[in-house]
Amino acid sequence: MALSGLFLVVFLLQHFIINFSSVVSPTTFNQWSHFMGYNVLVQFVLQPILIFGVVFHFVMGFVLEIQNRKSRRISYAQFKGNKNAPWVSRNMIWSGGVVLFFLILHFIDFWIPELNHKYIEGSMFHAELSDPSRYYSELVHKFESLLRVCVYVAAFVFLAMHIYHGFSSAFQSLGMKKKHKRSLLFFTQAFAIIIPLGFCFIALYHHLVSIHTIVPHA
Amino acid sequence: MKIKLKIWRQEDSKSKGRFVRYALDSITPEMSFLEMLDVLNEQLISSGDIPVAFDHDCREGICGTCSLFINGRAHGPDRLVTTCQLHMRRFNDGDTIVIEPFRSKAFPVIKDLVVDRSSFDRIQQSGGYISINTSGNTQDANAIAIPKADADRSFEAATCIGCGACVAACKNASAMLFVSAKVSQYALLPQGKVEAKNRVKNMVAQMDLEGFGNCSNTGACEIECPKGISLENIARMNREYLFG
Repeated sequence: MALSGLFLVVFLLQHFIINFSSVVSPTTFNQWSHFMGYNVLVQFVLQPILIFGVVFHFVMGFVLEIQNRKSRRISYAQFKGNKNAPWVSRNMIWSGGVVLFFLILHFIDFWIPELNHKYIEGSMFHAELSDPSRYYSELVHKFESLLRVCVYVAAFVFLAMHIYHGFSSAFQSLGMKKKHKRSLLFFTQAFAIIIPLGFCFIALYHHLVSIHTIVPHA
Repeated sequence: MKIKLKIWRQEDSKSKGRFVRYALDSITPEMSFLEMLDVLNEQLISSGDIPVAFDHDCREGICGTCSLFINGRAHGPDRLVTTCQLHMRRFNDGDTIVIEPFRSKAFPVIKDLVVDRSSFDRIQQSGGYISINTSGNTQDANAIAIPKADADRSFEAATCIGCGACVAACKNASAMLFVSAKVSQYALLPQGKVEAKNRVKNMVAQMDLEGFGNCSNTGACEIECPKGISLENIARMNREYLFG
């Protein structure tokens, strides 16, 4: 769990950097997105590894949860978990479940149209069918919907909670030394707040820009 | 003080348990929690009822025998105390106190509030020892110099009394804090290096075999441990396991 979690955190950072480039430079965003979408190494080596990492993390999460529930067959009549452990650490299965639900939506919303464009329509194998400048306009178009932005922001709040505990927990599972604990805790918790907040900012930024573009000036 | 009690009663390991309510009106704030249960049992015996079974021995917080999950917390509401060190002044007149046994698949209830914690003994037997020469030419312990910091950390780990509060408090019923304390107390000393690799593997394997849950690093065990055993021990055990 720790290793797959750390791998997914690295992926999240890479995803954030590419998405954030859409705010700074639409041209760079288009270039990077096209590279990620059509590079053979990324598509046929890194992407399967990523899918394996995601599936492994979620399956192991559910397997461990089932094992843990079996280890206490009779529940306590009174259990004051909030007195000795924060909510986020006790509810990783729920925050992770929301993130999984979001990933399924993301898959339907983004991945299936991409797969359709690349492999059904054939742009992966016919360069003339691919448009290297389509990504920025597609991104802005996606965030025109307020509902999509709200779902996106809510999902990232849960992702923040999941990483807030999970990132530092991964280092503890890998044997974090006491002398590194404070700095690692600071780094992981800052990461858990800043990166999801950044994703929310990107969604809100493009939503507001699209509204500004659509609504004509008086 | 008048106290109402809601206590888990279970005839034996195979019976189905249930909560039974009792009322006590002669409790003083100076009484320890176990003395309060003694008063209850005296009343039950004098009225011809079966007394409540609960574990206790030294009653001074060092043997690890007493247990009890009191009002939703292992060893009750105070930090760094065992149930025998908990006093009735911690409760208010008229309070209802819910008392349950430590719950874990690996700690089956024997009777009422008494649970079988022999799974901890089996984990210890699987690797919680060092090989020493007892043939008559035993080496003087002081012949091996040990840094003070290592000796202190080893001693801190060794203060674990094996009460099982870490398992009881963990939402996963994990025994990682107990096992890691036992691994650490040897891992930090040169005498423990000989069996280091096998020790951690055998003890973790036995822990899994006993049916304890997995550690998700919530930290509840550290907070509820009456001896303040640190999560640092779990990280050390993970290092021993991964890189040993």
